Amino acid sequence: MVTSYIPLNLDECLKILSDKQVRIVAGGTDMLIQNRSHTSMPIGFKSDVCYISNIEELKKIYEDETFVYIGSVCSLEAIMESELVPELLKNTILEMASPAIRHTATLAGNIGNASPAGDSLVPLYLLDALVEKRSIKGVSKVALSDFITGVRKIDLEKDELITKVIIPKISFTKSYFKKVGPRLSDAISKLSFAGAYKLENDLVKDIRIAFGSVNVTVVRRRDLEERLIGKTKDEVKKMVSEIVDWYEEFIKPIDDQRSNKEYRKSISLKLLRSFIENIE
Amino acid sequence: MAKIKFKLNGEIKELDTDPSRRLLDVLRDDFNLTGPKEGCGEGECGACAVLMNKEIVNSCSVPLANVLNKEIITIEGFSKTKRYQVIKDSFAKAGGVQCGFCTPGMIIATESLLNKNPHPNEFEIKIGLSGNLCRCTGYNLIIEAVKLAAEAGEGLW
Repeated sequence: MVTSYIPLNLDECLKILSDKQVRIVAGGTDMLIQNRSHTSMPIGFKSDVCYISNIEELKKIYEDETFVYIGSVCSLEAIMESELVPELLKNTILEMASPAIRHTATLAGNIGNASPAGDSLVPLYLLDALVEKRSIKGVSKVALSDFITGVRKIDLEKDELITKVIIPKISFTKSYFKKVGPRLSDAISKLSFAGAYKLENDLVKDIRIAFGSVNVTVVRRRDLEERLIGKTKDEVKKMVSEIVDWYEEFIKPIDDQRSNKEYRKSISLKLLRSFIENIE
Repeated sequence: MAKIKFKLNGEIKELDTDPSRRLLDVLRDDFNLTGPKEGCGEGECGACAVLMNKEIVNSCSVPLANVLNKEIITIEGFSKTKRYQVIKDSFAKAGGVQCGFCTPGMIIATESLLNKNPHPNEFEIKIGLSGNLCRCTGYNLIIEAVKLAAEAGEGLW
């Protein structure tokens, strides 16, 4: 039988991570299913486990002048109900899972799982989110886009814990998230799309575009976004076919049980087209 | 093994067991509370739903470790409340129960919704029930039952 650790505060948890080789479990909604055993049997973890959901220090959501800080054990529901969290992220969470799962699942868990189909990753990439990591040696921050290094691969040492998700405060004229799946709730995405822009006197001051489930991780191309900044909204709208062509080569989905690559690519590019055409 | 203390249907319980057991198995095997059912076993159907600190959770996806110091209410505990009577009568009146397998979860979902939002509109009801599958009723009768419960239970939530 594997050993389970249930730390009640952060210091205790970091000590365990430093001394032992453990899998970290927060809400457990993914980890329990991935390690599912038989009915009436304990979850089939292959290694010792550290359950972090009882650490109160990691359940806070707060802000300063430039950032919103979301503790890594905050439930998705708590994040959705917070006044501090950007609308784009709240709208995404509303389309994730179901109330029962949102009451236990965490944002940091969705990040740690690093699935190409992780819904929250799409707005978080778009918002330039950062991940705060902690070990007994100290604390560090890394851009989410650097933290996720591949399919289910993250830049986290064995003694480190994700302690916060940090979101820069940015105001957009409009932000948009669209998930395509077979059922509103509890469906893993076939694909997802997020877009946001800021206009000032019809000039595009900021524009951001991100795609989920169409590559090993979220596709966001700052180089392409920068080409649009400083243009008028009408100039950008006239370029729509050209913009779709730019992104075409970066949308590289796969066939799997949820969808196929032709559908994923076609719909992703149509959502991009619709987003650009509807800039107002 | 570890000692896990939590409140179950109003009583403090302390178990010395493997914290990596699912809450669903502990409820059914250790406490003989068979209202929560195993449907899909992966958090998609809601048949195993219980209330944790008054909010709906899928007991198949909650490790016992995460129940430490929490309050769990199953359909058996909830059935002793006035709110339950109102929801039960509304489900009966609307015809929201057929085979009954999803019903404990549907009632837990209704309570969790009304506890947070006593006057939900139809869209909010659909979101509230969105994690619970029913293969008999076609859902409209259940949505109707929740509307009836919200009206009949005015002041209870």
